[in-house]
Amino acid sequence: MSEQSSIGPVKAHRLALTEPITLAAGVTLPAWELAYETYGTLNAARSNAVLICHALSGHHHVAGYYADDPKNIGWWDNLIGPGKPLDTNRFFVVGVNNLGGCHGSTGPASINPATGEPWGADFPVVIVSDWVRTQARLADALSIEQWAAVVGGSLGGMQALQWTIDLPERVRHALVIAAAPRLTAENIAFNDVARQAIITDPEFHGGNFYRHHVRPTHGLRLARMLGHITYLSDDQMAEKFGRKRRPNAGSYGFGVEFEIESYLRYQGDKFAGWFDANTYLLMTKALDYFDPAEPFADDLAAALAGARAKFLVVAFTTDWRFSPARSREIVNALVKNKHAVSYAEIASQHGHDAFLMDDHYYHAVLTAYLQNIQT
Amino acid sequence: MTHTLKRPDFDVIAGWMKAGETVLDLGCGEGELLQLLTARGLRGWGVEREPGRVLAAIENGVNVIQSNLEAGLADFEDNAFDHVVLSRTLQTVRHTQQILAEMLRVGHEAVISFPNFAYWKNRMAVLNGRMPVSDDLPYQWYDTPNVRFFTMLDFESLCNEMGIVIRDRQVLDEHGNTVTEEHNFLGSLAVYRIGRDD
Repeated sequence: MSEQSSIGPVKAHRLALTEPITLAAGVTLPAWELAYETYGTLNAARSNAVLICHALSGHHHVAGYYADDPKNIGWWDNLIGPGKPLDTNRFFVVGVNNLGGCHGSTGPASINPATGEPWGADFPVVIVSDWVRTQARLADALSIEQWAAVVGGSLGGMQALQWTIDLPERVRHALVIAAAPRLTAENIAFNDVARQAIITDPEFHGGNFYRHHVRPTHGLRLARMLGHITYLSDDQMAEKFGRKRRPNAGSYGFGVEFEIESYLRYQGDKFAGWFDANTYLLMTKALDYFDPAEPFADDLAAALAGARAKFLVVAFTTDWRFSPARSREIVNALVKNKHAVSYAEIASQHGHDAFLMDDHYYHAVLTAYLQNIQT
Repeated sequence: MTHTLKRPDFDVIAGWMKAGETVLDLGCGEGELLQLLTARGLRGWGVEREPGRVLAAIENGVNVIQSNLEAGLADFEDNAFDHVVLSRTLQTVRHTQQILAEMLRVGHEAVISFPNFAYWKNRMAVLNGRMPVSDDLPYQWYDTPNVRFFTMLDFESLCNEMGIVIRDRQVLDEHGNTVTEEHNFLGSLAVYRIGRDD
């Protein structure tokens, strides 16, 4: 393998679409925008394009950095770049901010042309299939008829899976990482507590906080703290924090005393400082609604019967949010259809967040699979 | 005689399968057999537990599912595959009857190869007071993954007990040549094609 390096400075682009789109919720957006970035070069045959789908808090800035903000490195930069597992010397990689996001694509903070005000609570709930349709419009605009691969972790993996069901002829390979074919009641419960934290924040104003020039940071912070716990593993928390106390922490009170408390509050504050509360609600709802088997009498194999892609499914041993058993459900449904699929179960202590980590074996598996993709 | 990938049992196994059929290879290693069968027009999936071998199988471009055999084949449906293969692995599996039954549940038929402990050189080794070590039994007693020690006659008697039908049998000597007589004495590696009465 060639030397690994950063893709270097990158630029965000915006695609403005003037053709209205009616979403699953029944709402029509008359005009909408998608923010995206691309890395590498689309080949003459247009056969080397790879779409990266983001998870709950992700966006289109997947690799490289911005010239005017060199510390702002893409969220999956360890995976994508020259000589990296998703090698930009071979592949043309596209990152996109999903509709409803808060990083440049049309979302709840965007102006509703009908009112001249931010959409706020009126922005429709979007589902994973809506994202596939809007991402397909981006592919059209980039003259990409068929993705060499659609890649995603967590909620991003669900989009990769949905692509193979909704637009089977447009995906040759799907890399479905740390995902699940549908959420369990426990998962939906976590999401709802997160949503309740936001919705009950007095600064939320029923989703129309923009017009009050405030943000429900308190609720967003709690939502992120809760979410963050579920992305880590018990082992990892024990090793990283254990029962360690903060230096000079007080005792017999309710201040920040244990290191884990300090860490979670820091993560919550950091996230609440930049993320949009309405987008958080939308993303968690898209997770809850994701259930490709539902229209097929709960038969996932039937849902995947028409898929034409080849699959790599990856799970992590300590991921309890979307455990390996959930990935096996996807694998079993694919095998039942005699689809091409490989499954790797990566030993990791990083819980659900492992899909973002630079683990040697994990990246070797991705490299091995991606190297065999014809472009 | 030349053999595919120095695995003479692979030639035997491939000879029992046809293009267009499906195969599940249990303990598929780096996917060599699946590569051979895929090149011959079969569609195959492997099951392998060891991470390094899973990675190599993915590099080799075969379908591999990282999983533990002893955890069972419960994830696979009845009659999901035309063939289920267990090559040189049965002697490492603790629950012998369970895996045989499971193989014939998920596959129409099964192919099993294993080292024959009754091979004359193995008998000689024991007569001379030592456990046998050979190409087909390449381990020392203290580091062997093998947990079941059995002969062709033992295997055939178990099949009989379980109502399993032996449809084909090929016996090879240490050099991979076909043994045509005194199988349980001259055979170092046995390859069986088994099924159930329909």
